[in-house]
Amino acid sequence: MSTATASGPPRLDQKISHRADKSFATLATASGIFILVTLAFVAIFLTAESIPALTADTEELPGGNGFWAYAGPLLFGTIWASVLAMIVAVPLSIGIALFISHYAPRKLAEALGYVIDLLAAIPSVVYGLWGIAVFAPALVGFYQWLAENLSFIPFFAGPASSTGRTILTASLVLAIMILPIMTAFNRSAFLQTPRLHEEAALALGATRWEMIKMTVFPYARSSIIAGSMLGLGRALGETMAVAMVLSTSGGLVTFNLISSANPSTIAANIALQFPESSGLAINALVATGLVLFIVTFGVNFIARWIIGRRAEFSGAN
Amino acid sequence: MTTSTRFPVPAAPERTIDVVQPSLPRAFTFGAMGFALVVGVGAYLLLGNYVAGGVGVFLGYLIPVYVASRVRESKRRATDRFWTIVMTAAFVIAVTPLISLLVTVVMEGAARFDVEFFTSDMRGVAGEGGGALHAIIGTFMITSLAAVISIPVGIMTGVYLVEYGRGPLARGVTFLVDVMTGIPSIVAGLFAFALFAFLVGPQYRSGFMGAIALTVLMIPTVVRATEEMLKLVPNELREASYALGVQKWRTITRVVIPTALAGIVTGVVLAIARVIGETAPLLLAAGFTSTVNWNPFEGRMTALPVYSYYQYVTPGFPPETGFERSWTAALVLVIIVLGLNLFARWVAVRFSPKKS
Repeated sequence: MSTATASGPPRLDQKISHRADKSFATLATASGIFILVTLAFVAIFLTAESIPALTADTEELPGGNGFWAYAGPLLFGTIWASVLAMIVAVPLSIGIALFISHYAPRKLAEALGYVIDLLAAIPSVVYGLWGIAVFAPALVGFYQWLAENLSFIPFFAGPASSTGRTILTASLVLAIMILPIMTAFNRSAFLQTPRLHEEAALALGATRWEMIKMTVFPYARSSIIAGSMLGLGRALGETMAVAMVLSTSGGLVTFNLISSANPSTIAANIALQFPESSGLAINALVATGLVLFIVTFGVNFIARWIIGRRAEFSGAN
Repeated sequence: MTTSTRFPVPAAPERTIDVVQPSLPRAFTFGAMGFALVVGVGAYLLLGNYVAGGVGVFLGYLIPVYVASRVRESKRRATDRFWTIVMTAAFVIAVTPLISLLVTVVMEGAARFDVEFFTSDMRGVAGEGGGALHAIIGTFMITSLAAVISIPVGIMTGVYLVEYGRGPLARGVTFLVDVMTGIPSIVAGLFAFALFAFLVGPQYRSGFMGAIALTVLMIPTVVRATEEMLKLVPNELREASYALGVQKWRTITRVVIPTALAGIVTGVVLAIARVIGETAPLLLAAGFTSTVNWNPFEGRMTALPVYSYYQYVTPGFPPETGFERSWTAALVLVIIVLGLNLFARWVAVRFSPKKS
């Protein structure tokens, strides 16, 4: 900057520090490029390791009916478990976020937010242990009741699992695990509602719920959708809790929620099979991982797109 | 009753107009709570499952309060009360598993929370005894390696995005960091496997390989935290520094980063807390062994979450001994993670720049 106006050739120390400035900028840019390269590597190496499985003869693969016959039920299980988790987690996270942002005493609100964040901090293997030891057994009675009284609904056809380790249990654990990220997202969106809108609604005599319905929800709608998509991305990829809690039978596609024969998920299947696999079986697992990567990529892409669109027109952030 | 005779008024009606709207007395809501408990216990005893009990408590409170409010207050107030109860219930539903989980981990984990657990590994242990020394060392080494790689790259990328990044490259990096945040942990493990299968061979497993998998998960968290904190640094500080003739890189290292340091440290600690509990990628990349391994570049290395998982899946005989080790490992893990979280909050509060 100053070298242009200085008379005569630049002094040595200026040159040196200019070089330092340059190299720092280069270092920062290189870090950014490093991330590009890493992600490219992830895609390239996953694809490279998948190709043997995608091109192999059908009977050489696990199951013996080709790759998609192997990956299809797993993909179904992944999406089914995640959808169930979302059905529970979306309304719940909105409720929790509203409770913290608009119902709880102001002084407590932050502490309650931390409590919800703690749910995200618990490692998934601990959720798995808890799911097997406490949560699944606690639900056995409920599943038996469902099987006895509501078995005309295909979801509850039964027979009820005696361990409680069903896809519904796994989905509920998933729901608990994705609640924090969705709640955090919703909460920050709710808190961004213009204060004046809220006060105007209250001044007109609206009750608290009417105020929320009129001012908070319209403002936060796209954030709720985006946060839910991020939660969905988490649910699709969650591994250990599902691998431990769910009792599976291979290649099954069923909507039955409460029996002990359940479809597995891609992530759980990889974790369970990988340590004992070798050769082409590993390639097949990597290929299912690639499918999972593409699905989560798509979900996250849509979520980010919604967030980006919102940031543009609302002027927030 | 009026004493004035100059302005005779018609006898006042018994009912007066309430300035304040009628509202349910507090005692009623407490009564409803008691009633709800009775209904909940009744439903549990009748149907024999916890879900029925929970639904019983919920409805046992919701219905009386709603009906009473509808009768005594108004339809709108009743709706308001209805939703207040639903929101509170949502929060209770979320906190219940957290409490249950923490209580269970402490109770089950306490059995083997002894000196032997922290001072011995699993060499030659089939039943009682044994410990997780090798797993604790493994977790420490793998996480440190991942942190050593991720923290500089993450912070420098954050600096790039906030201070230098313009144009398509910066937009691309921002986008890909978002994508990376969403990579499932198991895919990160598969990536580490695929990378080292290409570089070394498909049989290779090591602590370093696990660290690479964790790096993929950790970098985006560090980038995000750094980016957000640097954005909070007021531009006036940078301009003041430039006005004094300080160069850009010195401004960044001496002015911008120190101002944001507390936030960055918080973000980094939270990122470490996130990856320290990761099981799936390490299961694939670092493998499992029963002895202490000090060399992260050669031989399999057990991490604490993987140890907990394997002790549960292959508990040995009698199985209770394995289950107990598994729970104790989970307890140690929860203590570490919660400790890191508390530490991060403390840093954020203690060292944040004072607001004037």
